[in-house]
Amino acid sequence: MTILANILIVFFISVGVLFIVVTAIGLIRFPDLYTRAHAASKSATLGVMCILIGVFLYFWLIEGHFNPRILLGVLFLFITGPVGGHIMSRSSYIAGIKPWKGTVKDDLGPEIERMKKEQGIK
Amino acid sequence: MIHTLLLVALALFSLSIAITLYRVIKGPTMPDRAIALDTIGVNLLSAIAIVSIVLQTKAYLEAILILGILAFIGTIAFTKYIERGVVIERKSDR
Repeated sequence: MTILANILIVFFISVGVLFIVVTAIGLIRFPDLYTRAHAASKSATLGVMCILIGVFLYFWLIEGHFNPRILLGVLFLFITGPVGGHIMSRSSYIAGIKPWKGTVKDDLGPEIERMKKEQGIK
Repeated sequence: MIHTLLLVALALFSLSIAITLYRVIKGPTMPDRAIALDTIGVNLLSAIAIVSIVLQTKAYLEAILILGILAFIGTIAFTKYIERGVVIERKSDR
């Protein structure tokens, strides 16, 4: 039983560490803000969720202490991580930061132009 | 087995925080820095979780939730500032 618990904990924590390192590499290697926000919001959220689940399993299976705060933290991160990435890239598009020059398709640009024309801003 | 893995994990967290700090310093625009700071907060949060296993204590587990909430509020405040120029808007009186 302890061996099985150890294997579960090691699996979750190593997957989380892998995704966090991948996040850092993506932040340093990607060319513009939107791809960086993509890397940071998705893989960092998954990595931290895996690590918190591993810590929860450790305290539950090894020390016999059921801790619902970690589960609340997992739920909160699962909701707020992608929302933070989305809202940050949306506001920086509205603030006028251009995408990478290799971007093929830009769906949001004409939509924002139309919205500004309808509302009579600028 | 677990102890060695936890120490390796802490080393990799500090490595990734250092890499992200490079993006905070160099990042060409302001939202780049905000996203990198958010990622640093998330890394610190998972480092706290690992440290609480290493020290065999349950006392740090509240800090995880608090740090997550603070990182989210900081990101939202930065977003409002980048988009509108103010964080808390006044009521319009037109």
